[in-house]
Amino acid sequence: MTDPILKIDGVSKRFTRKPGPIVSGIDKLTGRNSTQTVHAVNDVTLSVARGEVLGIVGESGCGKSSMGRVVSGIYAPTEGTVTLEGKPVARDHRGNVEKLTTRVQMIHQDPFASLNPRMKVGEIIAEGPRIHGLIPAREVQERVRSLLEQVGLEGAYANRLPHQFSGGQRQRVAIARALAMQPDLLVLDEAVASLDVSIQAQVLNLFMKLRRELDLTALFISHDLSVVRHVCDRVAIMYLGRVVETAPADELYAKPLHPYTEALFGSVPTLGTGRARFHPIKGEIPSPINPPKGCAFHPRCPLAGPRCKAEVPRLVTPSDNRSVACHLQDGGTGTQTGATA
Amino acid sequence: MSAALEVKGLTTQFSTRKGAVTAVNDVSFSVQPGRILGLVGESGSGKSVTGFSIMGLIDEPGRIIGGQVMVQGADMRKMSTEEQRKMRGRAVSMVFQDPMMTLNPVLRVGDQMAMAVRVHDKVNKAAAWERAREALEIVGIPAPRERLQAYPHQLSGGMRQRVAIATALLHRPAVIIADEPTTALDVSIQGQILAEVRRLADDIGTAIVWVTHDLAVVSSLADDIAVMYAGRIVESGTAEQVIANPRHPYTRGLIDSVPGLHEPGQDLPQIPGSTPQLVNLPSGCPFRSRCPRATDICASFPHNTGTEAHSVLCHHPLEAT
Repeated sequence: MTDPILKIDGVSKRFTRKPGPIVSGIDKLTGRNSTQTVHAVNDVTLSVARGEVLGIVGESGCGKSSMGRVVSGIYAPTEGTVTLEGKPVARDHRGNVEKLTTRVQMIHQDPFASLNPRMKVGEIIAEGPRIHGLIPAREVQERVRSLLEQVGLEGAYANRLPHQFSGGQRQRVAIARALAMQPDLLVLDEAVASLDVSIQAQVLNLFMKLRRELDLTALFISHDLSVVRHVCDRVAIMYLGRVVETAPADELYAKPLHPYTEALFGSVPTLGTGRARFHPIKGEIPSPINPPKGCAFHPRCPLAGPRCKAEVPRLVTPSDNRSVACHLQDGGTGTQTGATA
Repeated sequence: MSAALEVKGLTTQFSTRKGAVTAVNDVSFSVQPGRILGLVGESGSGKSVTGFSIMGLIDEPGRIIGGQVMVQGADMRKMSTEEQRKMRGRAVSMVFQDPMMTLNPVLRVGDQMAMAVRVHDKVNKAAAWERAREALEIVGIPAPRERLQAYPHQLSGGMRQRVAIATALLHRPAVIIADEPTTALDVSIQGQILAEVRRLADDIGTAIVWVTHDLAVVSSLADDIAVMYAGRIVESGTAEQVIANPRHPYTRGLIDSVPGLHEPGQDLPQIPGSTPQLVNLPSGCPFRSRCPRATDICASFPHNTGTEAHSVLCHHPLEAT
């Protein structure tokens, strides 16, 4: 890949909950350890080229949002590094702080929660560039106006408050606020998930237009496979904190390699195929507090063999631009018990 | 075969400071036993209020001001509160969007399900628990006997929604109204629930009204589809007809907005503007300000210009093929 602007290298993010005083007292007496650890993100390595939109797809608890927050510098990774053009984002685990977080901007899921209800839209958009001194004070108004127009709103809306806007319009404001910082990377965390389909189409079109105009680089986090297919160049599928497959979007949708990806496609209802017979994935998503040993997907996988229960599969690269973490793709020795691929 | 549920001219209003809002406006449809009707619309279209109105669960400042709700031939609207209560849960029951809100967090699953059994049937506790266990089994919950002992917080979202569906099923109602029941769930879990629901309709013959915003879900689950806009059903027909040959410009726009059907990276056809406020709805067709086919005649309210089987409220419907 040419010129990766964002490099995520071996990143893990764990959240630990220490027991309260009583339980920890009992722990001391009995020698137990009641500390719970959630492995939100587990040894993820990804890179994004300049001008590329990478989709991160997965179900709840797969770590996709935690991943977005690590990239944005909101969370410090427990292990590994995130670098933007070679410089670490926020702080790494050694505590080195770099003020690069302004170069990554995030767009959140809920535009009702992400805009301050007491600030005028113009102030919301101008706040970042003003604080960081990106534009001279006398140019602020003009800049806000042009940003609003760029996202398909009227410049005069700068004096309105968020409650005067519909959900779709608010999300446009959130996009304008992110663009005001002239970021190198946008992180969109379920940015269209809360919108109605007709409004979602408008916001997706806006995103694609801005992308063409501004050559945006973005991490597009979503659970919606058809949205991701529409806007992303490359897709990473996550399951229980790990990336299980990455591929260019068209190749992934044409031929998924990981059984989880395939099963995920099988469970999604699609328009225009008529009455479907569902082939849902069996079982529940395991808890990230106590993920299954070996391949995290093995309890639900129709092809799992003994090796899958014991050994975490490596990410292998069956072709130049794809990678997959499955024993079946790595020597094909996952299924000595007779299950056939 | 007589319809399990027949709704005629149902109209529900809410009084607000800005005047009366007609959230459900002259809505009519029927569902035969064993069939699934997908009631589709965007936020504010009145689809959920339609579901609540059928159940008689409209509170002040809302009021059902007209229409009939016939469940197995009996008009719910003509019944006393006490008679309605006897129908709810037994002849017609409802599944809500958020299973965390619908289950009582301090009662075991078995206790609250048994309670639902004994509201309508005079059976002892043990028999009620047995009925609850059977219902959990029907919706595909593994180890149902153990699950009955669990509290709701010990179950995952998908499991809780299965419990809610099982509870709705306890009295084998003729009709189940399901309001966005899989919206809060992950796709793999949604797939499991959709498969179970389809089986319920096919095997037990329950008539189901599936209220949702998700066209892809209804197109693969429902037998019939009714599309709502601004409180009205603007188009209805079989799922194949409505999805393959939508005749209302709004339905067409809605289907075209779904990303999956287009070449990746291309602009999606979009419906301009946003859903209208129900206060001060303009006269005539409520969609006309956003409609590419609108003309002067759209200032008068359109009547059904389609067929009885595939109705469409539009002066300029798209060609039937």
